[in-house]
Amino acid sequence: MSSNLEFRLAMETLTERVRALIADRNRLPRVVGVRTGGVWVARALMEALGWDGPVGELDIAFYRDDFSRHGLNPTVRPSSLPFSLDDEDILLVDDVIMSGRTLRAAMNELFDYGRPARIQLATLVDLGRRELPIQPDAVGVTLRLAENERVKLTGPEPLDLELRYIAS
Amino acid sequence: MTILHDDVTRAQLNRFGQLRHFLTLEGLGREMLTRILDTAESFIEVGSRQIKKVPLLRGKTVANLFFEPSTRTRTTFELAAQRLSADVLNINISTSSTTKGETLSDMLQNLEYMKVDMFVVRHAQSGAPHFIASRVCPHVSVINAGDGRHAHPTQGMLDMLTIRQYKQRFEGLKVAIVGDIQHSRVARSEIHALNTLGAEVRVVGPSTLLPPGIEALGVTPCDNMKDGLDGADVVIMLRLQKERMDGALLPSEREFFRLYGLTREKLAWAKPDAIVMHPGPINREVEIASDVADGSQSVILPQVTNGIAVRMAVMSMAMSGQIAELTADDEV
Amino acid sequence: MTEFVIRGARVLDPAQRLDRVADIKVRDGRIVRLGEHLQAETVVDGRGRWVLPGFTDLCHHLREPGQEGKGTMASELAAAARGGFTRVVCPPDTRPVNDSGAITRLILEKAAAAGSVRVLPLGALTKGLEGEQLSEMDGLCQAGCVALTQARRPVCDLRVLRRSFAYAASVGVKVFMGAQEAALAAGGVMHEGVHASRMGLPSIPSVAETIAVAQLLLLAEDTGVQLHISQVSCARSVEMIAEARSRGLAVTADAGIHHLLLTDEAVTGFNGQAFFEPPLREEPDRKALLEGVEKGVLQAVVSQHQPHDPAAKHMPFAECEPGATAAELVWPLLMKLVTRGELSLEAAARALTTGPAEVLGISAGLAEGQPADLVMVDPNASWTLTPDALISQGRNTPLAGWELPGHVTRVWRDGEAIWQDGHEL
Repeated sequence: MSSNLEFRLAMETLTERVRALIADRNRLPRVVGVRTGGVWVARALMEALGWDGPVGELDIAFYRDDFSRHGLNPTVRPSSLPFSLDDEDILLVDDVIMSGRTLRAAMNELFDYGRPARIQLATLVDLGRRELPIQPDAVGVTLRLAENERVKLTGPEPLDLELRYIAS
Repeated sequence: MTILHDDVTRAQLNRFGQLRHFLTLEGLGREMLTRILDTAESFIEVGSRQIKKVPLLRGKTVANLFFEPSTRTRTTFELAAQRLSADVLNINISTSSTTKGETLSDMLQNLEYMKVDMFVVRHAQSGAPHFIASRVCPHVSVINAGDGRHAHPTQGMLDMLTIRQYKQRFEGLKVAIVGDIQHSRVARSEIHALNTLGAEVRVVGPSTLLPPGIEALGVTPCDNMKDGLDGADVVIMLRLQKERMDGALLPSEREFFRLYGLTREKLAWAKPDAIVMHPGPINREVEIASDVADGSQSVILPQVTNGIAVRMAVMSMAMSGQIAELTADDEV
Repeated sequence: MTEFVIRGARVLDPAQRLDRVADIKVRDGRIVRLGEHLQAETVVDGRGRWVLPGFTDLCHHLREPGQEGKGTMASELAAAARGGFTRVVCPPDTRPVNDSGAITRLILEKAAAAGSVRVLPLGALTKGLEGEQLSEMDGLCQAGCVALTQARRPVCDLRVLRRSFAYAASVGVKVFMGAQEAALAAGGVMHEGVHASRMGLPSIPSVAETIAVAQLLLLAEDTGVQLHISQVSCARSVEMIAEARSRGLAVTADAGIHHLLLTDEAVTGFNGQAFFEPPLREEPDRKALLEGVEKGVLQAVVSQHQPHDPAAKHMPFAECEPGATAAELVWPLLMKLVTRGELSLEAAARALTTGPAEVLGISAGLAEGQPADLVMVDPNASWTLTPDALISQGRNTPLAGWELPGHVTRVWRDGEAIWQDGHEL
């Protein structure tokens, strides 16, 4: 996959879908990225859409549902939401959606900051294989990977999508 | 003289080198101390949210075992556990009911069978939390909330967090710890952490209150404030217990204040931007003058906020280490 | 067995400064000949083995009467036999305290029934060891006490101490005294030094011992009592005792085996097994104790055998009870010091035989006519200390896992075999 092309196409598609998503809206949403890849995508998206303002950053380490199996992510950093969420439209951004568990944790975390008017979800890549009833509102590219394939967003400069193979 | 890092140090780490108990700062490396501080910073952010609670320890049970009363410390631990969504049991044990060690072991094993996941232990005997962690309830994570004169590692870490917030570094920092070092578990924990993090530590007090051989821990003892505070970046004042007068360690609070109490005049020997810390509760006009305690260089109150975040950090890290160990055991 | 010969062993007898391969002939409980090519109906092969006079332990807590949960005479005397001891001195801090002739006789009767090792009781210097009233010293001696002691309990009133010494002097009995000034040691659980400072454990400064040694030496000089100082732990104490002896004071002293091997660093990790009274001190102290044993300033090395039930050590450090089980380990541990080059074989042998005998004013050795109290050791044996394999009821030792050289293989008392190849007889 890697030749920046795939990424740029996905990013373009995502930008268009997000633009369409908010076309009938009279205010812009607050953008929140899920660390780390989601924050990169959120920044790229803001730039492509020509939006100003801060990007919120969520570190979901404290909300993961697999703490009892895997423990705490050792590199947890403070979440940073430099705006109020109450009654705001939120655009939640992540690089990849698969099971949906990360985004469940991210939404739980968002609600600890306040009560948003609405949350919409944008992901650069959708890998399917959902384990929770969560669907993105805007997707850059949909991929179906083999068992031993993983896709990873590398960055922050330049951003790129990388296909990796894992030993099975 | 080199001091071997003892099995208290080793006992608190699991086989992957992660925190599993939290017993002492001695022997914990710079990386581990920094990780605790970083994790605590994340929890400070949690404390500023509308809902100051994360689901990390949901379904876990934390028992606060206070063999020695301390409302302040117990409250911060309780709040920390609740903000991690743990269930909290508060057990105050009068020392009389556990003067026999057997009773202590029996009681703790009972709690272990009730599937308590973590003990927060405050005990008058140095080494008691280590004893519980290594000999009584090996599956429960033990957090030391102060043992005798040995260690008060969460207090030590919250002081490190405060210093880092104000000074952004430890390397080369001159830190003076003043007062009753001999009887202070806080001082011992601070000394270990500051040494590891690269600060230069002086301990200041009359020789009746300085532990013999303390130089071997890598600190400089001083019996006068002028030398001790000279050029200091951080001044940590310790609480002076009233009973020190009975043991013929000091003549009077008045004389102690005259020689070692922190006044504006003495603070002028330190750097102009030096910060003043105190683990509390403060004895005004005994170890610190009111105008200094309430003055612009005092960071005594921010220390309290940091306390909850540090306790959340070590509780979640120790629980994480416990999980990693149990998971690995299951796989074997 | 009325007559036998031990053939071809290396015979070590500090009493005769003897160290050579020889045969030993025993008849009717006594040594009758030491020489070559001795004959008897029964021959014990001693080749590759060493034979020494039976060992004497000046401090061995039997725990009975009163603390049978920690040890019984049967279990602890068996442990002593395994250690090569044919004679053990037991302190009076039993329950009840051995402060009367009646209790002494009871102890002696029970000991005779329980084991084959000679038990030499110490009587209490003061009633109940409380440091206030004199015990009936003559009565204790008549009943069989070999000396009197406070068993490390304090006599806070120096006037009482002086009078008890004066009275003991007139009775003609020796006093064994631990040296520790109670107020300076109050609350302490380990040596005052960097390790106590590091761990925040209440500590006992060296001066708590040295001041007491000075007091004891001055009072012995003043009253004329025969003084033995038990279990000294500080370099300065050894120096003061040597100085007093050089002035002609007939003071004797001993050191505990653990104090020759360990320092306060062993307490590291709040290791309750390393809780001793007196506390383990620093490396210079350990070296000075070894030198004291080497030069004979300290006549004896003692096991300071203190078996405990598991609960006694299953506590936070300061609440643990002091001491270790050690009777079975003294010889191998001394050999450890010998192999490390820290002690001569001659000094090690003396410290378990003629040294303690001198303290007690009795004879020891392998001279013809002496009672046949003999220890045979295998100098080449090497073994790992596993607490559960000890015979003593106490499994409390800070030395678990140590590799030890040397092994007691046989022990005879009055020509009767009392220990052989791992078994009490």
